[in-house]
Amino acid sequence: MIVTESLSKRFPRVTALDRLSLDIGPGVTGLVGANGAGKSTLIKILLGLSPATEGRAEVLGLDVATSGAAIRERVGYMPEHDCLPPDVSATEFVVHMARMSGLPPTAARERTADTLRHVGLYEERYRPIGGYSTGMKQRVKLAQALVHDPQLVLLDEPTNGLDPVGRDEMLGLIRRVHTDFGISVLVTSHLLGELERTCDHVVVVDGGRLLRSSSTSDFTKITTTLAVEVTDSDTHPDGTAALREALTAAGVTLHARVEDGLPGAGHILLLEAIGEETYDTVRDTVAALGLGLVRMEQRRHHIAEVFRPDAAAQPMEVPAR
Amino acid sequence: MSNGTTHTGTALAETTRIHNIGYRNYDGARLGRAYARRSLFAQSLRGAYGLGRSARSKVLPMILFAVMCVPAAIVVAVAVTTKMKELPLDYTRYAIVTQAVIGLFLAAQAPQSVSRDLRFKTVPLYFSRPIERVDYVLAKLGAMASALFVLTAAPLLILWIGSLLAKMDFADQTKGFAQGLVSVALLSLLFGGLGLVMAALTPRRGFGVAAVIATLTITYGAVSTVQAIAYETGSEGAVEWLGLFSPVTLIDGVQTAFLGASSSFPGGQGPGTGAGVVYLLAVLALIAGSYGVLMRRYRKVGL
Repeated sequence: MIVTESLSKRFPRVTALDRLSLDIGPGVTGLVGANGAGKSTLIKILLGLSPATEGRAEVLGLDVATSGAAIRERVGYMPEHDCLPPDVSATEFVVHMARMSGLPPTAARERTADTLRHVGLYEERYRPIGGYSTGMKQRVKLAQALVHDPQLVLLDEPTNGLDPVGRDEMLGLIRRVHTDFGISVLVTSHLLGELERTCDHVVVVDGGRLLRSSSTSDFTKITTTLAVEVTDSDTHPDGTAALREALTAAGVTLHARVEDGLPGAGHILLLEAIGEETYDTVRDTVAALGLGLVRMEQRRHHIAEVFRPDAAAQPMEVPAR
Repeated sequence: MSNGTTHTGTALAETTRIHNIGYRNYDGARLGRAYARRSLFAQSLRGAYGLGRSARSKVLPMILFAVMCVPAAIVVAVAVTTKMKELPLDYTRYAIVTQAVIGLFLAAQAPQSVSRDLRFKTVPLYFSRPIERVDYVLAKLGAMASALFVLTAAPLLILWIGSLLAKMDFADQTKGFAQGLVSVALLSLLFGGLGLVMAALTPRRGFGVAAVIATLTITYGAVSTVQAIAYETGSEGAVEWLGLFSPVTLIDGVQTAFLGASSSFPGGQGPGTGAGVVYLLAVLALIAGSYGVLMRRYRKVGL
């Protein structure tokens, strides 16, 4: 989908991209980096809007230096900042943008109705955008990037400004853009955590250089640690201890007790999940003890650890939070 | 839930079934850059008259359009009933007389056309599509000039039709009409360019409106005052050059020199052919300059 070869972009005072070589395949790819890491510069170059100082880049097999217009016809772009006029309705706006992408009038209207429905805007699409919530505005921005059915969309910080629920919905939507619509996605974020759930592949850039590029499963594959928390009951005043005993008896490998002074850490059991059956064992054991299961969640290695390479080597004992 | 309602439910479901057909890919035509430019031109031109926008945005441009046409209609009515041999108002003179209306129209519609895209940062969405900076600027400039041309040419058309109804000399009237059209075409390009430049440099719509009105009225007021003083104090030679400093008098100068118009300069002291060339060059330079400034302006905002 996207190939860059020692792509550099230098401004008089800053080097935004420094010999960046990438090979991004179909699917959902996360582009992670702190603010100013060169993400937006890369997007500009990929859209053929800003020439690279050196190196070359191809999008969908087209050279960005010579085929900018052809690329922009097949690629969608959702900017990070607000870009919606408040005084028109989502429908009018997206229809106009569809025509700017070259869709004939009738097709533009049909595609707009379809796309707005797919991003989850229904009756409100006839109301002026000015009255929309941030989440709805983000959906309109996504819709205008998808309305011409591109082969690839570039989403610049799509979860910016959203509350946790809106964030999850947007991430789910991004996932669907690939799985249901068959459109490949390049999504940027400075939050590593949210990309590991959404992306097949994550590229980490820092200071314009490639820090790491690998599939999300590589990042987080080593072990699956389960964190389990249970309530106490009258029969078992210390539910955690009772469960620890019962699980050990059931043959589940438990990690050492967490003694790091974090509030509530003493109530969390960390155990090794070997497969599906471990989940069943935990469930059955908890049920047999008559305790309430407060949480059972995966404690994976977090992408954040790419910034601390030594941390990834150690067993995951300290809870991330 | 009772059995009955369940039945109605199923019956309904059978008759009115919602098919979720999922995502459909688009494999129809993609008409590309030239089409996008045309669409933007059409949308902006319609937008200048409030078409395709809210009812409220139609009010002002439509009123101004009517105000432009009513004097022409009255002139025609008088000319036809009193069987005049000639129109009491020259074709080329009409836009000069109604310049305040043209100025208002420009002040209201130029910011509407470009400031919104700039202020709400919609411009990057255009430039991430096949359409490019040249296309955007040309479409907006073309649309604004066309909107002004419709506004200024419509009354001329009324005058011409009226003159034919009044059985005036056909060749004479048609020549005057054609000269008038050339003049307002030039005026539309000049005003459109200047208006868009001012609007594009002032992303707040209100400032844009004020800037356009101020530029047109202040320059015209200053130039005509200084011209009048120059004329009264006997320096007639200065009068024909002073007109170079305001858009309206520029057009006046060009049409006096080349389009057989009678100048509205004090004492009818319009520029001769020699000075007229300077006027024409000044107008063309301003139009080209407006285009250049707009291109520069949009280089910065592309993404």
